Amino acid sequence: MTKQSFETVLDESDTSVAEFKTEKRGFLGQIQHILHGNITIVPMIVLILSCLGFGFVAGERFFTPFNLSLIIQQVTIIGILGIAQTLIILTAGIDLSVAAIMILTSVVMGNFAVNIGVPAFLAIPLGFIVGMVCGAVNGLLITRFKLPPFIATLGTWNIFFALNLWYSGSQSIRSQSIDKAAPSLKFFGERVDVFGTQFTYGSFLMIFLCILFWYLLNRTAWGKHVYAVGDDPEAAELAGIRTKRILMSVYIVAGLLCGIAAWAAVGRIGSISPQSFYEGNLEAITAVVIGGTSLFGGRGSVVGTIIGALIVGVFRNGLALAGVDVLWQVFAIGWLIIIAVAFDQWVRKVSS
Amino acid sequence: MSVQPILSAKGLVKRYGRVTALDHADFELYPGEVLAVIGDNGAGKSSLIKAVSGATIPDSGDVWLDGEKVDFHSPMEARDSGIETVYQNLALSPALSIADNLFLGREIRKEGVLGKWFRMLDRPKMQQFARDKLSELGLMTIQNIDQAVETLSGGQRQGVAVARAAAFGSRVIIMDEPTAALGVKESRKVLELIQDVKSRGTPIVLISHNMPHVFEVADRIHIHRLGKRCAVVDPKTISMSDAVAIMTGAMDPPNDVYNPYT
Repeated sequence: MTKQSFETVLDESDTSVAEFKTEKRGFLGQIQHILHGNITIVPMIVLILSCLGFGFVAGERFFTPFNLSLIIQQVTIIGILGIAQTLIILTAGIDLSVAAIMILTSVVMGNFAVNIGVPAFLAIPLGFIVGMVCGAVNGLLITRFKLPPFIATLGTWNIFFALNLWYSGSQSIRSQSIDKAAPSLKFFGERVDVFGTQFTYGSFLMIFLCILFWYLLNRTAWGKHVYAVGDDPEAAELAGIRTKRILMSVYIVAGLLCGIAAWAAVGRIGSISPQSFYEGNLEAITAVVIGGTSLFGGRGSVVGTIIGALIVGVFRNGLALAGVDVLWQVFAIGWLIIIAVAFDQWVRKVSS
Repeated sequence: MSVQPILSAKGLVKRYGRVTALDHADFELYPGEVLAVIGDNGAGKSSLIKAVSGATIPDSGDVWLDGEKVDFHSPMEARDSGIETVYQNLALSPALSIADNLFLGREIRKEGVLGKWFRMLDRPKMQQFARDKLSELGLMTIQNIDQAVETLSGGQRQGVAVARAAAFGSRVIIMDEPTAALGVKESRKVLELIQDVKSRGTPIVLISHNMPHVFEVADRIHIHRLGKRCAVVDPKTISMSDAVAIMTGAMDPPNDVYNPYT
């Protein structure tokens, strides 16, 4: 091809073009770069260090199989809600209503199975549908009416919570009534013996859902699209992704996960109370953030979220075993959140 | 014997509130040619390109592809018809890998049960294809196809975007300012790439502000002004300064549309 006059000098110039050269980075830069590619490393390290730390402070009692199994049980519900929240935060959204959807769903399940007498195998899917409808309402407000996710779900959080109080008449469903009418509602609270330690089915459910959503996010086109929509919605749209459809699917799937969490929650707390888990949404966001998922979207993982939930669980449990007042547990978790977000900001700078 | 345009538009109108981006604009692209579209800032070049590539829906006017009237409602529909666009902002997802970006929106699933029921992506196949395409185009030496796009330089990102269009564009490739963000040597690579794609028979629409680049690769130049096509000229017979003069309104456009095909 003929060159233009101003380009003839190129003959003498270096011919290397746009190569992926490995730049010299400092030690800190190197770490930043590795973390940028593997965001779950940090929560993993924090989890291991905090386990070792509390094992040291709280002594033998922390590392008993019973205690470790207890921590996992304690984080099950928040872990599942956290998976739902992760999906939404990956799209650069936020869902303040996850816990409200869960409670509303559990109340519907309980009312149909216990008070009305519908068989549990119908009442539970009915609850899932309620969860998905709630998620679809959030999704519609955000995609069709273009409300910011924070505002839309702040509204629906209140609405779903009020509906839950109205529908339940603020009445709890007692554990004995559930046992009599629909014991399968409590399935995820039942225990199995693994290597001499008691684990609930709920713990396995959380781990199963974590693996399932890791797979969906990393090995399917849908997952890639979820990341792309959160990363740069305009670019995703131009690349041919139907961003609204992806957003709707994410909110509906999150609603379904809240429904599944509702079933697990009945097993966990035994009864069904319309007043329970009032701060569940904030705890779920905490787990997501500590797990390294970026609030700006497009970056993060469900594995990180489960680790984040476990970190919170380990802190609470360890501090309690060490005899520290509850208020200092809250204090410590507050710092964890701030440090996690500050850290995310630092790691994200690698691209600029 | 007259040749039919592969992509054409007639009377396109697009308004954004009180701003008229397209005012009855016409457009023709013939098989095998490189058509440059030039125009001053705000002349409506991008709106024109978005209208023929499905990124915006014109208020009125028609678009024809290969003699058939088409009605694109999304870039996806245009892509399915074989029109690929390299947008100025590249439309890449920074946190995803090079391979993921190449296949964004048209991922390949594994065959059999894994793909059908578990929707599993065929990553080795996609990675191999991405590696082949990038090295075939000679645009860059890839060390790690799983590298996130945000860790690449501007020129490398452009390379990924152009490679994506070249790999999938079967009928028309549209490039919006492909050399605007590049250095001299990287621009040369992109120009060679344009010639390369053209020699394989795929027509290209090139939107550019860079007159030397336009005059080097274009077969015809479409000059856009005030939301419509004001002239189509032959780069071999017109000077750069005259083209710029027509573009800015300093000179009256020639009356006839330059068209060696009919």
